[in-house]
Amino acid sequence: MLSQESLAKIDRELNKYPEDHRQSAVMSSLRIAQDELGWLSKETIAFVADYLRIPAIAALEVATFYNMYDLAPVGKYKITVCTNISCMLRESDRIVEHLEHSLGIHMGETTADGKVTLKEGECMGCCGGAPLFHINNKEMCEHLTPEKVDQILEGLK
Amino acid sequence: MANEVCFRTLHLPEPGSLATYRSIGGYETLRRIVTEKVAATEIINQVKNSGLRGRGGAGFPTGLKWSFMPRYFDGTKYLVCNTDEGEPGTFKDRDIIRYNPHQLIEGMCIAAYTLGARVGYNYIHGEIWEDYVSFEKALDDARAAGFLGENLFGTSFCFDLYAHHGYGAYICGEETALIESIEGKKGQPRFKPPFPASFGVFGKPTNVNNTESYASIPYIIEHGGQAFADLGVHNSGGTKLFSVSGHVERPGNFEVNMGTPFAELLGLAGGVWRGRQLKAVIPGGASTPVMPAAVVMAANMDYDSLSKAGSSLGAGSVIVMDESTCMVQTLKRLSYFFFEESCGQCTPCREGTGWLYRVVKRIVDGQGRMEDLDLLTDVSHNISGRTICALGDAAATPVLSFIKHFRPEFEYYIQHGRSMVTGK
Amino acid sequence: MLKIEIDGKEVEVEHGSTIIDAADKIGIAIPRFCYHKKLSVAANCRMCLVQVEKFAKPLPACATPVSEGMKIFTRSKSAIEAQKSVMEFLLINHPLDCPICDQGGECELQDIAVGYGGVKSRYLEAKRVVVNKNIGPLISTDMTRCIQCTRCVRYLKEIGGMMELGLVGRGEHAEITAYVDKSVASELSGNIIDLCPVGALTSKPFRYSARSWELIHRPSIAAHDGLGSHIEVQVKNNRVMRVLPREKESINECWISDRDRFSYEGLNSVDRLTTPMIKQNGEWREADWKSALEYVANRLKVVAEQDANDLGFLVSLNSTMEEGWLTKKVARGLGCGNVDHRLRRSDFRLDGNFQGTPWMGCNIPDLQAMDRVLIIGSNLRNEHPLLTTRLRNAVKMNEAELSLINPLDDDPLTPVAHKVICSPNDMVNILLQVLKAVSGLQRLSLCLCLPSSLLKTLESVEVSEMATRIAMSLAGHGTSYDLVSPKVGVFLGNITQYHPRYAEIYTLSEAIASLNGATFGVLSESNNRVGLNLARALPQRGALNARTMLEQPRRAYVLVNVEPELDCHSAQMASKALAAADFVVALTTHKSHALRDADVMLPIAPFTETSGSYTSMEGRVQSFAAAVKPLGEARPGWKVLRVLGNLLGLEGFDFDSSEQVKNEIFDGVKPSRVVWNRLNNNLSHLLEITSQDKSGVLQRIGEFPLYQTDAIVRRAPSLQKAGKNDIAFAAMNSAMLENLGLEAGKTVRVSQSGGSCTLPLRCDERVPDACVRVPVCSDTVALGDLFGDITVEAIL
Ligand SMILES: Cc1cc2nc3c(=O)[nH]c(=O)nc-3n(C[C@H](O)[C@H](O)[C@H](O)COP(=O)(O)O)c2cc1C
Ligand code: SF4
Ligand code: FES
Repeated sequence: MLSQESLAKIDRELNKYPEDHRQSAVMSSLRIAQDELGWLSKETIAFVADYLRIPAIAALEVATFYNMYDLAPVGKYKITVCTNISCMLRESDRIVEHLEHSLGIHMGETTADGKVTLKEGECMGCCGGAPLFHINNKEMCEHLTPEKVDQILEGLK
Repeated sequence: MANEVCFRTLHLPEPGSLATYRSIGGYETLRRIVTEKVAATEIINQVKNSGLRGRGGAGFPTGLKWSFMPRYFDGTKYLVCNTDEGEPGTFKDRDIIRYNPHQLIEGMCIAAYTLGARVGYNYIHGEIWEDYVSFEKALDDARAAGFLGENLFGTSFCFDLYAHHGYGAYICGEETALIESIEGKKGQPRFKPPFPASFGVFGKPTNVNNTESYASIPYIIEHGGQAFADLGVHNSGGTKLFSVSGHVERPGNFEVNMGTPFAELLGLAGGVWRGRQLKAVIPGGASTPVMPAAVVMAANMDYDSLSKAGSSLGAGSVIVMDESTCMVQTLKRLSYFFFEESCGQCTPCREGTGWLYRVVKRIVDGQGRMEDLDLLTDVSHNISGRTICALGDAAATPVLSFIKHFRPEFEYYIQHGRSMVTGK
Repeated sequence: MLKIEIDGKEVEVEHGSTIIDAADKIGIAIPRFCYHKKLSVAANCRMCLVQVEKFAKPLPACATPVSEGMKIFTRSKSAIEAQKSVMEFLLINHPLDCPICDQGGECELQDIAVGYGGVKSRYLEAKRVVVNKNIGPLISTDMTRCIQCTRCVRYLKEIGGMMELGLVGRGEHAEITAYVDKSVASELSGNIIDLCPVGALTSKPFRYSARSWELIHRPSIAAHDGLGSHIEVQVKNNRVMRVLPREKESINECWISDRDRFSYEGLNSVDRLTTPMIKQNGEWREADWKSALEYVANRLKVVAEQDANDLGFLVSLNSTMEEGWLTKKVARGLGCGNVDHRLRRSDFRLDGNFQGTPWMGCNIPDLQAMDRVLIIGSNLRNEHPLLTTRLRNAVKMNEAELSLINPLDDDPLTPVAHKVICSPNDMVNILLQVLKAVSGLQRLSLCLCLPSSLLKTLESVEVSEMATRIAMSLAGHGTSYDLVSPKVGVFLGNITQYHPRYAEIYTLSEAIASLNGATFGVLSESNNRVGLNLARALPQRGALNARTMLEQPRRAYVLVNVEPELDCHSAQMASKALAAADFVVALTTHKSHALRDADVMLPIAPFTETSGSYTSMEGRVQSFAAAVKPLGEARPGWKVLRVLGNLLGLEGFDFDSSEQVKNEIFDGVKPSRVVWNRLNNNLSHLLEITSQDKSGVLQRIGEFPLYQTDAIVRRAPSLQKAGKNDIAFAAMNSAMLENLGLEAGKTVRVSQSGGSCTLPLRCDERVPDACVRVPVCSDTVALGDLFGDITVEAIL
């Protein structure tokens, strides 16, 4: 189900914890699985649980608790915009509007070509760079302006 | 003086590299205490003298916390660093792991040596992936240079440090939720007692501190506790990183001495943006009470001064709001945050945060009733102090303080179905 | 001890007690939802908040340890305010649908809410709705009612041994669910129905069939395993509507197994025999009691007069002591010694060698205080669902080491320190190795206690590493430290008791136990195995036992609640013998295909409709009264046997009550006095043992599945669904499949001594080499011995 490469990454995470606490690696394992497969299906979650030798339900609890796991398919690029207070004060609503307008979708939706999903996020701990969003849980884009957003969208292949 | 402790390397090229850190004497303090076998009590005393209080928000004296760790324990003790900052307005720890990771690592090594911890984890906020990756690199560098691992400096001291990546849950900033999360579970806070010092990671004695707290340690041990204390004021030793965000010209982190007047800090951040008037400030992160402009302008940035002024220093996350801010709509966003982030474990928080949010939303939607303000106050009181962790209190605080200081705005909103400030 | 004060009352409690423990001790009721004395403390509902002197905030009583001099106020203004506010929070999202909720009338939330008075709801927003989950045929869910106390989650993980439910999602969206569409598989799942403080988890079979206040509660004793669990049978209109546990800390704590909880459905089955039936010209005809019994008496008399030894009396393992005693009396009265209840045994070589009645060897709670336990031949979770939790506790709380010697590698859901999974035959060899290893470790000279022939056998035994590890474990050796005088137990499970070399396994196990100074015990294969032994439902010296009675067919049989082909060691042998008999009378609760060769069926009452006594595996004699009147014309078995005795003109059948029968069994002495003198697992002399090699043949592992133990269970539809009816199969490990050139998933022909059946073939790595697992069920009645040689061939 997962590539050798991903399994190797999971093994590397497992090394951080004592032998009898494989469950500790569940968060990173789910992240690695999501990176490879795009989202976490029930089968993927069960696979990860199996690999870690923990009950599937324990992995499901984790997958449903943390915001950044996607339990349904998302676009190739998932853009998560922070709308929390510091960003809001710096007019994140303009960024949201601009994104929605340029992509022709609402928050929570995916473009028809399956390329971009828009999500609303909570505080990302980068409020100094407000307004901001991150792409695919990885790339943080700060100090956004509508122009900068256009540039970034341009760059998404 | 600015940037004296945690940001010591900020003015240098490649501030986060091992070479840069070593160029200012980095890891030498660690080498000295380990090779000279400096007594743990001696180190703890220095930390006590420094007046360092936990920078994660609660302000608990760090030296005292360290003294709670059991000295003798048959098994592994753990050290945990809390870099999960997710409290709206807080973004200082990110800059420490970006610009001065080795000082944090050295601080944790010193703590591990002092507390007898064999293994440590730095729990890093989920959204800052790039910084997690760069911190892992810093760990590799430190390991390669012989500052982490087995038998450091040829002594029997061993310490392994790993990064644990969060994945989007504010509650994991709460130390016991964070511990659960390290164990690969949902981030649901544990009931205390037992405290982490006796029952922490994997049920073993564990010391949890904030990133900034650990990062301050090398300075304290190098220069002595008193030198650190002297940077600040009575009851608030040292410097502090203030994260200034919102309606200022130059948002960012500023390391200044404790006790610096708020006005001066505002100046460092370039003042209120667009030449507008200051309306209100949340001084310590979303969970601390909001302060009206006049009150905050008269306050200094230290624990006692802010608490006298009716708020608290929290994590030093200063959210500045100008005159164009509608307090009702702002509260709605904050209440949504706490509702969304409640772990759902305990009844008052799970049910109460949703209630609060829905009532504030109703007001914003023009469906408010005058009784709602008392209801909000009452529900907030019913959450406060009755939950497992402090998120419940954190959710109640903005509601209570916003209504207390800006009640007319709320009443106007209810009467007219629109904002007094924006007219919308 | 600490002295504290609660609501002005002083109380002394142990160090480490919580406020709620202390309050419970003196009967001060603190409201609670998440707390349960048998589960870990979650402190999440916050209902138990109380005021404590010197603390500004109210504290949760369930999680706050007491300290010397603490002053606690459970009903002060601040405590009540806190409790009231929590109640308000709990109710804002809770549907107020008590009138249609199955929990109505026995709902903890309802009860406590009433105590706080009905205030008008201040919550104007929409209530949360949660999608329902299907978690199997036993438990019905209504998740909108859930208050997230997590008792069910903690129970399944901590007591059930496997995390099957979780609280997924976060905050207000958090909900209890199993993994995707999985059912809860625990054999102890029903207890979450009792644990759920609201109507979120209710009994599916019971659903909507009665309101709690309409039910009459009758105490009884569980009838499907040897624990002797205390149950409460709840009755409406003379019908058993449901069964719940009665709390008995030293036996079942506050739990019961699903088998004991849901078997009652079988009591009301359409298969119940409600009137006596006589077969005439191959046709069943209803009859009245008088003519049926007279007919039976006459037929039996005829056989007995010619040769009483041509009679055979088979008593089910679940019969009451009174039924067993009276059956034996009828047999003896007719001059016949052929009586037995050990229907599933095949090895009777130890008869005459026991010093007393075999039993568990200790009390039930003792199990969880043990340091080292060896279980020999038991599929623990099937055989003793609830007893297994005591072992789980021993391992978890007491850091006990559990060792297993078993022909199946089914997971007992608790860490097993050492195990040998081997063919049934090899179990003897492994025990020889363990015995040899033990004798090397213990300083007792073997020659003193073992017969010379056994010593001779041991000489040539080569001890494997695992056998050494088991021996060291039993001797108290440990990885980090050794135990000085460990509490050790060696127990024999059902598989051992049904084993063709039971005598050898027993002998060796007893020797291993005694060399270690260990408790040695036999776990009871049924609710009343010990009781039927005490009531001497056993062959007279020299007479035929359960196996020989079938091996050497008799002319006439008396069956007391037996479904021969499903209840005997060899189904094949049982049906053959009965088919050949001239006359078969069955005292039975249910009609059964297995009774096709009977001539008369007499309807007797199941345990809920008769009084009687059972003796549990720990030797506790427990009598119970009928919970309801017998169905139709059915009559208590003891009464039927008494009348039969009268009609046969036998002496000593003047009983007016089952109590009088019991008195006779115990000679008028208090049962416990008699029992403690009679329970004894020692052998008079040790048996000679040779090691046997069985290579080259395939051995059957025949087990009784969880929900195939007796006639009632077999007819409980919900249990059958829960057992997924997934019992008709033959299973081997992959190496064996390859060896024999067979393919999993295909249908195969399975044959034993001339009889054969077709079954789906499965690959199951829990089965050892040289074995095939073929459980007992209606599809395998053509087969023979449970552990006999067997062949499996592909169907071309
Ligand atoms: C809801 C909640 C969120 C918290 N978030 C953080 C956080 O992001 N970072 C942090 O260091 N401490 C956070 N804390 C405080 C920690 O529980 C803990 O007190 C702190 O990490 C201890 O370190 P210190 O003594 O060095 O401050 C949070 C507490 C609560 C109740
Ligand atoms: S207060 Fe909220 S976040 Fe904290 S334990 Fe309770 S439900 Fe969870
Ligand atoms: S019973 Fe104490 S918090 Fe639930």
